[in-house]
Amino acid sequence: MTARAVEGWTLRPLTDFVREASVRLVLLMTPAGQVLAQSGFSRAVDVMSAAALGAAIMASTAELARQLRQAPFAALNHQGQRHGIFLSSLATDRGAVVVLAVYDLDVSSLGLVQLFFEQMATDLQAASPKAVSKQVLAADFERELSESLNTLFGR
Amino acid sequence: MTAAAFRHALDLITRVRGVRGAMLVSGDDGLVVAEQLMEGIKGTAVAALAASLAGRLRRAMEAAGVGISVFWHLQAEQGALLVVPGGGASGLLIVAVAEPDVNIGLVRLELLRAAEAVG
Repeated sequence: MTARAVEGWTLRPLTDFVREASVRLVLLMTPAGQVLAQSGFSRAVDVMSAAALGAAIMASTAELARQLRQAPFAALNHQGQRHGIFLSSLATDRGAVVVLAVYDLDVSSLGLVQLFFEQMATDLQAASPKAVSKQVLAADFERELSESLNTLFGR
Repeated sequence: MTAAAFRHALDLITRVRGVRGAMLVSGDDGLVVAEQLMEGIKGTAVAALAASLAGRLRRAMEAAGVGISVFWHLQAEQGALLVVPGGGASGLLIVAVAEPDVNIGLVRLELLRAAEAVG
């Protein structure tokens, strides 16, 4: 399985998570949906869709929690007949990172994904460089997205 | 099945001398359903990894044509992990963590009784 990262410090914790939790697909992104790293995706369009949907779900549930006057939900898990989808966020020195993982129920489980997610959170926190404040301009957005996708898919 | 019944099932196991903890684990999810553990045992990790192991062992047993597993005992330097897959459709695993010199036969008996109780 191929893992690629736009931010190099995410790669090792990501590959360890993929191997230990036996997950099929993983996406690391910012809460805005900017992809930091991915594993298992073969098409750029899938990454873009998954990142947008994952970030939207996180934003929706955070707002729901806010309206219920609760802390944001720690994680979301959706279990189907053959696959599970796990969505959560973790803190690093570079800011929050949203993690979307898809796992096969016959080779992994929610317990395993949760267990190794915690390990990945620790590893990412330790590996993350200090945050640099950077103003994101609309004009740069498309170029940066294009560069990220080129890095993620080796073009 | 009530929480009190789960507690009673775990009591049967943890009253055996040398048992450091017992858990009911969802075999499908690897999540803890009920637990009575001494400090220092990482229940969530044991549950997730034991359930993963149970799935792989089940497939190995099927491939070997020897039927379903009824009890496993993993002996380590500083203790032992003993597991009985629950009967019926519950999909529960009954897990005990024990000292190395525990009476295995007695723990096995209590695990099997607990499995019967939780169905």
